[in-house]
Amino acid sequence: MNFGNTTQPSPMPNLIFAIGRALLLAAAVVWFPLQAAHAQATPPPLTRTVPDTIAQRVLACTACHGKEGRATNAGYFPRIAGKPAAYLYNQLRNFREGRRSNAAMTHLVDHLSDAYLREMADYFANQDLPYPPPQTANAPAAVLAQAQTLVQHGDAQRKIPACTQCHGSAMTGVLPAFPGLLGLPRDYLIGQLGAWRTDTRHAAAPDCMGKIAKRLTVDEVSAIATWLSSQPLPVQTHAVAVSITPLPMDCGSGRR
Amino acid sequence: MTNMTDISSSTAPVQRRRLWVRRLLLALLLLVLALSALVAWLNVRGEAAIDDSAATPFTTTHQQIAQGAYIARAGNCAACHTARGGADYAGGLGIATPFGTVYTSNLTPDAETGLGRWTPATFWRAMHHGRSADGHLLVPVFPYTSYTQVNRADSDALFAYLRSLPAVAQANRPHALAFPYNSQVALAVWRALFFRAAEFTSEPTQTAQWNRGAYLVRGLGHCAACHAGRNVLGASNGALALQGGVIPMQHWYAPSLASAREAGVADWSTAQVVALLKNGTSDNGSVIGPMADVVFGSTQHLLDADLEAMAVFLKALPQQTLAPRTAKTPEPAQFASGEKIYKEHCSQCHGEQGEGARGAYPALAGNRVVTMDQSANLVQIVLHGGYPPATAGNARPYGMPPFQQTLNGPQIAAVLSYIRHAWGNTASPVSALEVLRHQ
Repeated sequence: MNFGNTTQPSPMPNLIFAIGRALLLAAAVVWFPLQAAHAQATPPPLTRTVPDTIAQRVLACTACHGKEGRATNAGYFPRIAGKPAAYLYNQLRNFREGRRSNAAMTHLVDHLSDAYLREMADYFANQDLPYPPPQTANAPAAVLAQAQTLVQHGDAQRKIPACTQCHGSAMTGVLPAFPGLLGLPRDYLIGQLGAWRTDTRHAAAPDCMGKIAKRLTVDEVSAIATWLSSQPLPVQTHAVAVSITPLPMDCGSGRR
Repeated sequence: MTNMTDISSSTAPVQRRRLWVRRLLLALLLLVLALSALVAWLNVRGEAAIDDSAATPFTTTHQQIAQGAYIARAGNCAACHTARGGADYAGGLGIATPFGTVYTSNLTPDAETGLGRWTPATFWRAMHHGRSADGHLLVPVFPYTSYTQVNRADSDALFAYLRSLPAVAQANRPHALAFPYNSQVALAVWRALFFRAAEFTSEPTQTAQWNRGAYLVRGLGHCAACHAGRNVLGASNGALALQGGVIPMQHWYAPSLASAREAGVADWSTAQVVALLKNGTSDNGSVIGPMADVVFGSTQHLLDADLEAMAVFLKALPQQTLAPRTAKTPEPAQFASGEKIYKEHCSQCHGEQGEGARGAYPALAGNRVVTMDQSANLVQIVLHGGYPPATAGNARPYGMPPFQQTLNGPQIAAVLSYIRHAWGNTASPVSALEVLRHQ
């Protein structure tokens, strides 16, 4: 091991160098023809081009989130098309800064700048695309009725606000940063409420959704996810610009 | 009487044996003592005693702090000493090693939990000798094996910068290392075997530019931490040669910087090397994976003159002489299946002939990452995708989608075997087992 340039000259290294030089020479005789053979694989100069667009740049996202971010509600991946831009931007930053944990997402956004993440968020927010039909609710009517009550009215005794208070009466989202809750896969909704309950998803502090999710029981989480994922989208699917004052509870995402 | 004789005749050998055992034990004891003394001496050799009595208050200048900020970039200190989403330089990031997890320390000036009570002298000792302010030996995950080359002026500037940061009270988390790696004795032995403190000294036969490059690459840049590989005890193999190595626990291979077959740049122009380090992309390729961290956190912020010096040094690295490659041919069925997957999932961006797309997607024909003996990086890129770093020179990079949801192990093996053998590429196929091993 030689950690510096402090080696003392001695006859031994000279001998080693001499042997080394001989070996190098021998290797060079073998190496140069090989290199020439290898050079044949060198491709012609790169002339092919792809569109210089943001759509081309986010193909890494749409591999999972579906064409133009529309996803489907069949699997786990959430639809990102048409979500409020500030919401999407917050989520991209949350992944980069560890407030949300999904190794695949964090890996993708790890070395991207705020400006670029905002551009990506804007792109997907501006996608106005049809929604797939809702999922079928496989739950007893009583369970679904209970879920609907929680979603639309909350539970004042347990300090659970109605989802509709912040996410809009039609639950298509409220600008700038509250996302719509419809058209998402049940598994994804369960995953998110579960992650908030177990402190593996956080929003900007104070994290109101973290508090709300912890006040729900596991069965309620499942019922709410089933009910939400089985609701059809209204005719008007866009997030609305209404003023929610006061917010039912202090919410970091609502401050932005 | 007969009994007595019997006893006396048997006690003499016993006594002799006892004497020998005693002598042997004594010799062993002396040997242990001598080795311990040697280890102890090797651990403190060259260290000047730190004068704690001098209660001179720490003073600095704006200029020194600015220089220190630059040094922190060159050393990419924040990459490890800032946890994801945590306060800058407050530490707490867990670094997985084969010996357990090491948690980085708080470098902010908090008196209780950070460097608030450190002095330039104790900081220098940590950088140069790998010993903490209280004298305990630091684990070599902190790359003092490289930082030992950093000169005192740069160390002092870095300390001045760290002292200028907002203090964050965040206690250091104890390392989760297995026995014996968690002991000071083991560290002392490791250091006796693998570490010699040595400040960088200029090579008089080389230019000032080469020497500056060598200083940055070997010292602050700690390129050897990845590009030199490690032995079974986690020490760098040939730290000066940069002949490549597997990055522990990450399933990435840091390619050799001394071979045209891997990531050597001897035949690149200086401008191309600078472009890669500054923008994360060049005519010859882009960085992705762990090297994207390095460009994003460190090299994109460095002065052109320093990047040029690093390029000059890297271009002049003694080249490895590698045995001629004996590539196997993929099975026709695997190759055909790989071609089908390529056409469906890859050719849209990388081109029908693996020719890539200018400024966006790398060519795969003739691409060294594709044809390198080690397939680990290919597997990582296909599984996890990724973006090159967003830099001033490449602010909106094009990305690679992750395929772990789309392709299974045998399919990834097939498509990799295809690209390693198509369009004039000649590299051995990749097996599904290899893909599994790199996951």
